[in-house]
Amino acid sequence: MFPTNPTNLDMLAVLPELLWCGFGVLLMLLQPFVSNRHFFTFLALVGTSMGAAAAVIPAAHAGPAFGGLVQADAFALFFRLLVGLVGFLVVLAAGPYLQRERLPFPEFYALLLFATAGMGVLASAQELLTAFIGLELSSISSYILAGYRRDSLKSSESSMKYFLLGSFATAFFLYGIALVYGAAGTTNLGRMSAVDPGSALLKLGLAMILIGLGFKVAAAPFQIWTPDVYEGAPTPVTALFSAGPKAAAFALLLRIFAIVPAATHLWFWAFWVLAVLTMFAGNLGALLQTNVKRLLAYSSIAHAGYVLVAFAAVTFLAGNSEVGASAAYAAILFYLLGYALVKIGAFTIVSQLGGLAEKNLSLDDYAGLAQRQPVVAAALSLFLLSLLGLPVTAGFFGKFYIFKAAVNSHLLWLAVLMAINSVIGAYYYLRVIVVMYMRDPSTEISSAPPARFPLTVKLVLAITVAATVYLGLFPNHILNFILQPNLLNH
Amino acid sequence: MLPGGHLLSVLIFFPAIGALALLLLRGDDHVYIRGIALIVSIAEFLFSLLLLRGVPITSADYRLVENAAWITSPPIHYHLGVDGISMFLVILTTFLTPLSVLASWTSIHHRVKEFFVMLLMLEVGVIGVFFALDLFLFFLFWEVMLIPMAFLIGIWGHERRVYAAVKFVLYTMSGSILMLVGIIRLYIATGSFDLPIIQNMLQSGALPLAPGTEMLLFLAFFVAFAIKVPLFPLHTWLPDAHVEAPTAGSVMLAGVLLKMGTYGMIRFCLPLFPLASHRAAPWVAVLAIIGIIYGALVALVQPNLKKLVAYSSVSHLGFVVLGIFAFRNISMQGAVYQMLAHGISTGALFLLVGMLYDRRHTFEISEYGGLATPMPKLAAFFLFVALSSLGLPMLNGFVGEFLVLLGTYQAHWQWASWAALGVILSAGYLLWSYQRVFFGEITSEKNRTLPDASLRERTILVTVAVVTLWMGIASPFITRRTAAASQTVIDQVEPRRPYEAALPAPKLLPPTDTTGAAAQASFERLATR
Repeated sequence: MFPTNPTNLDMLAVLPELLWCGFGVLLMLLQPFVSNRHFFTFLALVGTSMGAAAAVIPAAHAGPAFGGLVQADAFALFFRLLVGLVGFLVVLAAGPYLQRERLPFPEFYALLLFATAGMGVLASAQELLTAFIGLELSSISSYILAGYRRDSLKSSESSMKYFLLGSFATAFFLYGIALVYGAAGTTNLGRMSAVDPGSALLKLGLAMILIGLGFKVAAAPFQIWTPDVYEGAPTPVTALFSAGPKAAAFALLLRIFAIVPAATHLWFWAFWVLAVLTMFAGNLGALLQTNVKRLLAYSSIAHAGYVLVAFAAVTFLAGNSEVGASAAYAAILFYLLGYALVKIGAFTIVSQLGGLAEKNLSLDDYAGLAQRQPVVAAALSLFLLSLLGLPVTAGFFGKFYIFKAAVNSHLLWLAVLMAINSVIGAYYYLRVIVVMYMRDPSTEISSAPPARFPLTVKLVLAITVAATVYLGLFPNHILNFILQPNLLNH
Repeated sequence: MLPGGHLLSVLIFFPAIGALALLLLRGDDHVYIRGIALIVSIAEFLFSLLLLRGVPITSADYRLVENAAWITSPPIHYHLGVDGISMFLVILTTFLTPLSVLASWTSIHHRVKEFFVMLLMLEVGVIGVFFALDLFLFFLFWEVMLIPMAFLIGIWGHERRVYAAVKFVLYTMSGSILMLVGIIRLYIATGSFDLPIIQNMLQSGALPLAPGTEMLLFLAFFVAFAIKVPLFPLHTWLPDAHVEAPTAGSVMLAGVLLKMGTYGMIRFCLPLFPLASHRAAPWVAVLAIIGIIYGALVALVQPNLKKLVAYSSVSHLGFVVLGIFAFRNISMQGAVYQMLAHGISTGALFLLVGMLYDRRHTFEISEYGGLATPMPKLAAFFLFVALSSLGLPMLNGFVGEFLVLLGTYQAHWQWASWAALGVILSAGYLLWSYQRVFFGEITSEKNRTLPDASLRERTILVTVAVVTLWMGIASPFITRRTAAASQTVIDQVEPRRPYEAALPAPKLLPPTDTTGAAAQASFERLATR
C-alpha cells in the first residue's frame, strides 16, 4: 500500500533525483535572464555534484521508501555516485565543445541533468513502473541530446534513429511489465518472491523486459543502432551515452535478475547467448572501422558483452543456489565504473581532436599524434590499453574480476570465448596506438595547429587518467565498498 | 622478511626511476640521454651482482623474499623471491641492457629519449617476471613488458615494423590471456595466487586436481610459454619480430624475452602440474626436436642474415625445452645453462649483424662477401661468437648443449640422437654463412672501404667475448648455483632417482609470516609426509 503522503524520509530517499531535476529546471528558468555561459556551466557542475553528494544521505537510512517503490541501498548509492560523476565530467568536457560548435549552453545542461536524474531513478527503483519512469526520463533527454547539433545531418539522423529504436525498446519494456504484472499481481520486485517460477506469462514478461533493456545497453542482436547513434551525436553526448545510461540500465537489469527468484534460474542461457553474440558483434564490427568515434562505439558494444558474461555468472550461481554471487556483482559494478571513466576520457579526447564540426575523426587524422601532442597521445593510449585490459589500468581489474566470476561459476568456455574476444579487441585498440605512435602524419595534418585542450578538458583528463591508474593499482577501496553484505536491499 | 632489505624491489624499479629521469630531460639532449641510460643500466648490472651474495650456493629456497599484501580480495601479494635459476636470468638481463644501450648509441637517431625510456621499461617488466612469486604479479609483469617491446619494434624497426609489432603483441596476448583464465581457475581451486603455497598444496596432495583439469590448466600455461619460447609451430612471429626490430630490440628479444617462456615452464608448468607435464612430455619433446631440426634447416637456406640468426634461436631454444622436459637434473641444468649461453651468444650475433647493418643497411648475405679484408677485427669477433653459438668446447654454447644432450640421453636416447642432428646443422649454417659473408672475393665495391669496428663496438664485443670464454671455462661457477634449484624442480615433477640422491636434499619451504594458516597447514602436511 502506498502511503498517501510521502514522509520526509521518503523525500530524502530521492533527494539526488530531486536536486538533479531541480537544477535542470533552474537552468531552463534562468536561461532568458542570464547570458553568461560560464554561469550555466558552473550551475550545472554544482547541480551534478550536489546530487551525487546527496546520494550519501539516503544511504545512511538505507531502506525502502515510498512504500517500496524506491530502494536507497548501497547499490543505489554506487550507481547514483557513478551517474553523478559521469554527469559532472560530461559537463566539464562539454563546455568547450558547445562553445566551439556555437551551441546553446543552458538547454544542454538541463537535458543532461534530467537524463542524470532518470539514470538515478533507474539505479534506485525497486518497482517496475518507477523504473519505467526513470527509463523514459533518461531516454527522452538522450534523444534530444543526440540531435543537439541541429544543423548537422548526421546528428539529426542519430537522434531520429535513437528515438525510433528506443521507442520500440521502451514498448517492449512496458509490455513486459504488463505481462509480469499479470503473472505476479504486483510490479514491485520485492514482492515477487512468491511468484510461480514456471509461469509462462512471467517468463514472457521477463523476456520482454530483457529485450527492452538489451536495446538500452546495446546487447546483440539489439545493437544495430549503436554505431550510427554514437557517431552522429555530439561527442560529449556520446561519452555520456557510453557511460551513463548503459550503467543505469545494467543496474536495473542486475536488480531485477538478482531479486526475482523465478527469473534467475531460467535466464542463464539467455545471458550466455547474449554475451557471446554481443562480444563478437562488437569486436568483429570494430575491426574494420576507420572512424575513431565509430570504432569506440563498436568497442562499447563489445564491452557490454563482457559485462553480460558476468550476468551469466550471476544467473548461473543464483539458478544453482550457490554462494559467491556477490563477487560477480562486484565484477559488474567495478567494471562499469572503470569502463565509464575510461570511455569518458577517450571520448573527451576524440571530441577535442575532432575540431570544428567534428571533421577530424578518421584514423588518418591521428597519424603521428604522439609527436605533435605527446601527452594527449599518452592519455589516449592509456585509455585504449585499459579498454584492452592491460595491467595497471582499471580495465584490467574489471576484466580480471569478470574472468574470475565466470570461472568461479564453472563457465570456462565462456571465459575462453571472452579471452578470444579480448585478443580480437587488442588488434583494433593497438591499431589506434600504432597510428598515433608509428605512422608519420601527412603534411596537411602536421601543418595544422594542434587541437586546443582548455582547462576544463584537462581537468576531465586528469581525473579520468588518475582514476584509471588508481583503480588499476588499488582496486581494494572500491571493491570493499561493493562487497559489503547488504549491497542489495530487498 | 629475510635480511637483504628490498634488493629485489630496487632491482625491479631502479630502471623505472631512470626512465622517469629521462622523461624529464629535454628531447634533443641526445648525449645526456644516452649517457644517463648507460649509467642507469650499468648501475643496475652492478646492483644485480649483489644477488650472488644473497643467494647462497646449494640453496634451493627462494631468497631475498619480499612479501606484502597488495589486494585483499582476491588475496594478491606483492611477493618476490629469487633462486639460483632466476638469479642468473636477471643478471643476464642486466648484462644485456647496457650492451643494448651501447649498440643503439649511433643507430637510433629519432625519438632518442623515448627509445631509451622504452628500453629501461622493458628491463623493469622482464626483471619483474623473473622475481614474481605471485601468479597474479607474474602475469602483470608479463603483460606490462609487452608494450615497450612492441614500441621498440614498431617505432624504431625496419620497413615492416608495424606488422611485426602487432603480430608480436597479438601472438603473445592470445597466449597470455588464456594463461590468465588458467591462473584464475587455479586460484578458484586453491584459494591462493601464491606460488609457494599452491606448490605445497599440490605437492602434499592436499588438493588433487582431476587429470583432465590438470591437463587443461597445464595447457593454458604451457601454450602461453610455448608462444614466447617459441616452440614449433608457434614460432612464426619470431622471424618477423627479429628482422624488423632494431638491434637493441633483437638483443633483448632473443637474449631475455624468449627465456621468459622457458623460465615459465620451469617455474610454473613442471612444479604445478607434474602429472600433466609427464603426459605431455613426449609430445613436447617431439615438437622441440622438430623445432631444433626445422629451425636449423630454415637457417641453412636463409638469404637474410638476421633471419638466419632468428631461426637459429628457434633451434637453440628447442634444446632448452627438450632439456626441461627430459626431467633429469643434468638436462635441467643444461637447459638453464643453454638459456644463459644463448642469451649471450645470440645477443652477440644480433649485435654483430646490427653493426654490419649500420654500415651497409642490408641484411642480405649476397650483398656481403670478403668482409674479412676491410674489417678483420669485426670478422674475428664474428667467428668467435659463431663458434660459441655452434657449441665449440671451451665456449659457452658447448656446456649447455652437452648437458642437455647428456641428461636427455639418460632419459630417452632416441630424443638425444635426433636432437644431436641440430648440433651438426648449426655448425653447418653458421660456418657456411660466415664463409659467404667474410671470406672469398669482395663482390661489391661498397664493401671494400667499410670501416672496422670502432672503439665503442670493440668495447661491446670484447665484453661479450670475455663472458663467452668465461662461461665456457668456469661453468661450475654457474652450475653450482643452479643445481639445487633445478633439483627442486625435478623433485616436484618426479621422485628422486638413486644416482641423483648424492645431491643435497632440497629444503622445504618455510612458511613466511604473512602467508597465514593455509601455508602453515600445507607445510605441516608436507613435513609429515
